[in-house]
Amino acid sequence: MAVSSAPGATPPGTMTSAAWAVAGALIAGAVLFIAIAAKAQDAPMAAHAWLFVFAFLAGVMALGQRHFNVTHGGSVADDGTGYADGVVKAGAIATLFWGVAGFLVGVVIAFQLAFPFLNLDTAFTNFGRLRPLHTSAVIFAFGGNALIATSFYVVQRTSRTRLAGDIAPWFVFWGYQLFIVIAATGYLMGVTQSKEYAEPEWYADIWLTIVWVVYLLVFLATLAKRKEPHIYVANWFYLAFIVTIAMLHIGNNLAIPETWTSSKSYALFPGVQDALIQWWYGHNAVGFFLTAGFLGMMYYFIPKRAERPVYSYRLSIVHFWSLIFIYIWAGPHHLHFTALPDWAQTLGMTFSIMLWMPSWGGMINGLMTLSGAWDKLRTDPVIRMLVVSVAFYGMSTFEGPVMSVKAVNSLSHYTDWTIGHVHSGALGWVGFISFGAIYCLIPWLWKRERLYSLALVSWHFWIATIGIVLYITAMWVSGILQGLMWRAYDAQGFLEYSFAETVEAMHPFYVIRALGGVLFLTGALIMVYNCWMTIKGRVRESEPLPASAPAGATLQPAE
Amino acid sequence: MSEKHKDEVTGVETTGHSWDGIRELNNPLPKWWIYTFYATCIWAAVYWVVMPAWPYLSLDGWTYTKGVIGYEQRDVVTGEIEAIAAGRADTMQKIATTPLPEIAADPGLMEVALGAGRAAFGDNCAPCHGSGAQGSKGFPNLNDDEWLWGGTLDDIHTTLQHGIRWDADDNTRFNIMMAYGRDGILSRAEVSDVAEYVLSLSGGSENADAVSRGADIFQSQCVACHGEAGKGNQELGAPDLTDAIWLYGGDKTDIVETVSNGRSGVMPAWGERLDEGTIKALTLYVYTLGGGQ
Repeated sequence: MAVSSAPGATPPGTMTSAAWAVAGALIAGAVLFIAIAAKAQDAPMAAHAWLFVFAFLAGVMALGQRHFNVTHGGSVADDGTGYADGVVKAGAIATLFWGVAGFLVGVVIAFQLAFPFLNLDTAFTNFGRLRPLHTSAVIFAFGGNALIATSFYVVQRTSRTRLAGDIAPWFVFWGYQLFIVIAATGYLMGVTQSKEYAEPEWYADIWLTIVWVVYLLVFLATLAKRKEPHIYVANWFYLAFIVTIAMLHIGNNLAIPETWTSSKSYALFPGVQDALIQWWYGHNAVGFFLTAGFLGMMYYFIPKRAERPVYSYRLSIVHFWSLIFIYIWAGPHHLHFTALPDWAQTLGMTFSIMLWMPSWGGMINGLMTLSGAWDKLRTDPVIRMLVVSVAFYGMSTFEGPVMSVKAVNSLSHYTDWTIGHVHSGALGWVGFISFGAIYCLIPWLWKRERLYSLALVSWHFWIATIGIVLYITAMWVSGILQGLMWRAYDAQGFLEYSFAETVEAMHPFYVIRALGGVLFLTGALIMVYNCWMTIKGRVRESEPLPASAPAGATLQPAE
Repeated sequence: MSEKHKDEVTGVETTGHSWDGIRELNNPLPKWWIYTFYATCIWAAVYWVVMPAWPYLSLDGWTYTKGVIGYEQRDVVTGEIEAIAAGRADTMQKIATTPLPEIAADPGLMEVALGAGRAAFGDNCAPCHGSGAQGSKGFPNLNDDEWLWGGTLDDIHTTLQHGIRWDADDNTRFNIMMAYGRDGILSRAEVSDVAEYVLSLSGGSENADAVSRGADIFQSQCVACHGEAGKGNQELGAPDLTDAIWLYGGDKTDIVETVSNGRSGVMPAWGERLDEGTIKALTLYVYTLGGGQ
């Protein structure tokens, strides 16, 4: 939908037939949701139906306003590069906003675990509702916006063509934000289908499916009109991420709503089948959202920032295909020692082990790309952030296969070790690679010579790194302690510790973890300030070092 | 854009492509990388031979390769649980059938009983009574020798078995501390006076006038359960008011709250959930915490 008509037929920004079709669809959607709101069986459904109505009508008004501006002598904002960068700018700002929001909720729930009175005795602020708010905010809102923004930026530069579609990229951006708001407000109102990382209910899932398919079409159509003979490796990873997430999202969210006017639905699969589908989804959300997608980011921003060629083309091909093929099997390792049949547990574990080297292929290519430019680690804190993110990637993709081994898993499963493992990947890899990309993008997009301050990037780097180290070491110690206490028996074979005693023993580590989170959040706030000053065009006078400007900042003619 | 190009820094050829200025070196796969990858694949293949692994459709329907050592997770777990239960079965059975005083006199039985009691206490009792049995507001401390319903082995066993104010059990322990204020039996001032008197029983009042007014009210309303001297009555579960140990707090406001609105804490009847051996083990464990009578 919404791929604009032939250039020159109508001025950009006016109501083309595609724009009319979008406006018509939005109005039809608004009417549908007014009907749902009128018959809604529960308050959250009514609230969300109205939210959809207002969002759709705002979309129609935005189209109309754009048309009005153009026909009254204005023009669609175009910075002269020929690339569609407005939506990337919006995505960069959304990444910063949701990042801070998600980290803040993370800090709040970390303190709730250490000091339970912070649940405040209301349903809305209870850990059970804030925890999915945190995970969705950091994975889907922060990570998702970072992926959408950078994929739109990278696919244009490496294909030397403008994004396909005129309205479609903006539809993807705003549609995705609407999904985030529906999901987040739903959690606070107690709407959840109780699937980890897939908590939003059926109507939010359908909406995300529509947005995601448009995202896929925009990406494919842009690749299709590329002016380079080959598709760059970053785009393989982005495409694998987009396609696989569509498949996982639809598969895991197959559910039957109680009625079309109720916010509650029931999963299509029963019992252990449902659990297997959930972890097929859950593990590959890690594999394709948090790994493949961010590897796409890594494959553009590291060579670009370091101004060095990618280490090995052959390695990128072999590790791409082996990663894609093997990752999809690894999900059952989340269900070791459960009702899941033995054979499925075996496959989950063995494929996780085989996944080790394919994962490390990305690390080797990222780190070795620095050969010949290692001195930049000293002079450019943005490169330092990108490289350390790859190091954390390597660490957590080694830790993952180790934890999937059943003997290790019998100790680590259900403990804080898992939480520590996730956060070394999330804070170290996903967080740092995104921060690095944002630090590159902000001056490039706003045509600033350099960032406001590299010293502040350095502060961000060190504060956040110390935060991560506090976080993951606290969780290693508490997780292993927890696992050992759970399996301790006395001489007569009775359990040595009650569950309450193991919880009590976690307290100091929960405090340390929360402090680590505070540091990580502090770093992010420094980044927001730095980016804001950069966008305003300010430069900190005391810093002479120029940031490297991208070679391909403007659209070059095909050769 | 596909002419060959040599990277000056490393001297390695590139593939000749360039995207937005990014080139790719034509380096081979690192040897250690590919051999480690092969090694993990071989290990996986061996594991598939040994353990249950691949599903397939046989003539009898879906099944899976069983693996050469015949491993079944369910068998392993059931076996382990049975082994532990079997190892303890005789002792736990003996605990279940032996009278409590005789267990207490047998060091061998007592060692197992206290182990079982401690484990069962942590899982079932600690959430309310605390992991050190120290109690908290509304949940009695089990380490002291102040008992609401009696601290002999039989008393503790009955409390555990039938619970307190546990509707589902016909033999549950039951009493009522009435809501003297809320139900309009005493006025606000009278409640305050009687609270002052109760405070004075453990030497905590400085208002002699209120105490003397409260003493009269106490005599007419409270002595039936708490006794003339306020020493309580374990037959009725009426607490001793003279010992400065307070289940719901010993400040004036706490006592006014208790007298005004009454109290009716609940303890489940554990006989519904735990077997006789475990109940006896818990009885002995609680008895030995410090205050058994």
